[in-house]
Amino acid sequence: MTDLTAARRGPTRVITYGVLAVIAVVFALPFAWLVVASVQPGAALSAHVNWAFSIANFRAVLTPETVYRPMLNSLVISGGTALLTAVVAVLAAYPLSRYQSRFGRSFLYVILFSTGLPITAIMVPVYAMYSRINLIDSIPGTIAFMSASSLPFAAWMMKNFMDGVPISLEEAAWTDGAGWFASLRRIVLPLMIPGLTVVFIFTFVLQWGNFFVPFILLLSPEKQPASVTIYTFFSQYGQVAYGQLAAFSILYTAPVVVFYSALSKVFGGAFSLTGAVKG
Amino acid sequence: MTSLAPPRPPAVRAPDIAPRRTPGRRLNRFAPMVPALALLGIFFAGPMLWSVYTAFTNMALTGSSTVDFVGVDNFTRMLHDRSFLHSLQLTLIFVVGSAVIGQNTLGLLVALLLRGRSRTARSVVTGLIIAAWAVPETVAGFCWYAFLYRTGTLNALLGHLGVAQNWLYTAPMLAVIIANVWRGTAFSMLVYSAALSEIPPDVVEAASMDGASGWQRLRHITLPLIRRAIVSNLMLITLQTLAAFGLIFVMTGGGPGTASQTTPLYMYQQSFKFYQLGYGTAMALVLLAVGALFSALYLRLIRLEEA
Repeated sequence: MTDLTAARRGPTRVITYGVLAVIAVVFALPFAWLVVASVQPGAALSAHVNWAFSIANFRAVLTPETVYRPMLNSLVISGGTALLTAVVAVLAAYPLSRYQSRFGRSFLYVILFSTGLPITAIMVPVYAMYSRINLIDSIPGTIAFMSASSLPFAAWMMKNFMDGVPISLEEAAWTDGAGWFASLRRIVLPLMIPGLTVVFIFTFVLQWGNFFVPFILLLSPEKQPASVTIYTFFSQYGQVAYGQLAAFSILYTAPVVVFYSALSKVFGGAFSLTGAVKG
Repeated sequence: MTSLAPPRPPAVRAPDIAPRRTPGRRLNRFAPMVPALALLGIFFAGPMLWSVYTAFTNMALTGSSTVDFVGVDNFTRMLHDRSFLHSLQLTLIFVVGSAVIGQNTLGLLVALLLRGRSRTARSVVTGLIIAAWAVPETVAGFCWYAFLYRTGTLNALLGHLGVAQNWLYTAPMLAVIIANVWRGTAFSMLVYSAALSEIPPDVVEAASMDGASGWQRLRHITLPLIRRAIVSNLMLITLQTLAAFGLIFVMTGGGPGTASQTTPLYMYQQSFKFYQLGYGTAMALVLLAVGALFSALYLRLIRLEEA
C-alpha cells in the first residue's frame, strides 16, 4: 500500500519540481543581462560573459547629474508621499476602525472602489487641472497627487491593522475623558508600529517605481526622480552605453530590494497581502 | 475626580462609551478623516468630475484660449478614429492575454505547485517571481528590451537555430504580453497562495480517498472553494493591466508604427503630443467604462456560480 502511493507520488513530485525549476529559470533569465552587463566594460545587450569584470560602469554613472540628484529627488518624492500617506491614512483609519456608522461604511466602499481605479486613466484630467492652478513641475504638487492616489489602499491596510489592536485599552482612556487624539497617540499608535511600517514602506516602494505620474507632472530634469531620468538616459545614451544603463538600473533598484527583503524578514513572505487585504 | 461621575454600565460595544451621541460629538468623531477627505476630494474626485466635463469640450493645451462645449463630438470622433479602434483592440488582446490568461493561470499554477513543497523551493521560486514584481517598471522594461533585442540574451540562447531576430520588432504584442505576465504573476500567486492556505486539508484528502483524480479535485473542490479569490483577483489585475503604460512605453514605445499602441499609449500621444486634452480625457472615460464593464462581468459570473 505504501509502496503504491510512493510509486504514484514519485513521478508527480519529480514533474512538479521540474516545472517549478523551469518557471524559476524563466523568471530569472531577464535579470541576467542586468547583472552581467553592469560589471562589464563595453557591454552589449546580451548577457554574454567575457570575463572582463570592472566597476567602470558604476563609476561612470555615479555623478551628481546621473545618479545622485535623481535618486535624491526620488527619495524626497517617495519619502514625502509615504509620510503624508501614512499620517493621513492613520488618522482616517481611526474612526473607521473604532466607530460603527453608515458614513464610515460608505467611505470604506468608496475607498475600496478607488483602490482599483487605473491611475493612468485620470492623469490627463489631473494634468489639465494642474496646468490651470500652476502645479505642473512642482514637487509638492506631485507629492500631493501621489499621496491621494496611494491613500485608498493605505487607509484600507491601516484600518485592518488597527482592527487588530484591542479596543478595551482605549475604553479605559475614554472613561477618563481622553479624546480621540490622545487615545490614538498614546494607546493605538505604539501598538501598531509594525502596521505603520508596512504602510510606509509599501507606499514608498510603489512610488519609488512610479514612472507615469512624475513623467507627466514634472518637466524640468533637475526635479525629476530616477524613474523618469533613467528613461531619459535610456533613450539618449542607452543605445551606446548599455553597461552604464545596467549599472544605473541596479543602483536605482537597490533600495527596493533592501526594503522588500527587510519587510519579508519581519513579516514573512506574503506580508502585504495576507495580513493587510484580508478583512 | 472620576469617582464623582455616576458608575457606567460595562461597555459592550465601543460606540456606547466612546464620545457621546450628540450631533456635535458625532462630527468630532469623524474629524480625523478630514485630511483624507480633503486629499481625495481635491486630487482624486476633483479631476474625475473635471474629466467628465472636459470630455465634452474641445479643450486643447495650446492655441485657442476658448474652450467650447462640443457635446458628444469626442465620442463620435472615437467611433470613426481607426487608430483608436485599433488601440482598443490591442488593449483587449493585452488584457486578456497577459492578465486574464497569463498572470491568472500562471499565478494559480505556481500557487498550486508550491503547496507542501520544501522551504527552499518555495523561497527560491516566490523570491524570483516577487523580484520581477518589485523591480521598478522602467527597469523591468529595460530587462525585457535587452532580453528580446536582436543582439539580446534570447537570441544568444537560441544560438544557431537561425531564428535570430529583433523580437520587439517582429512580435511586439507577444513581447509586451509575455513581459507583463512575467511582471504581474506575483500578485495572482500571492492572492491564490493565501486563498489555498485557507482550504482545510481534510476536504481534499477525503476526496482523494474517494478516488478523485488530481484534476477532478481541482475542478470540483479546490476551484469552487477559492471562487471569491479568483473573481477579486481577476477584477484587480484587469483594472491594473487595462491602464498599463510604462512597460509598453519603454519596450516598444507603441511601435513599430502603431503595432503595440494600446489605448493608454494612444491617449498619451493624443493628449500630450498633439495637445488634444478633451479628446484624451474622453478616451480615459472610455477606458474607465471598459474597466467597469469587466468588473460587472466578473461579479455576474460569481453570482451565476452561486445560484
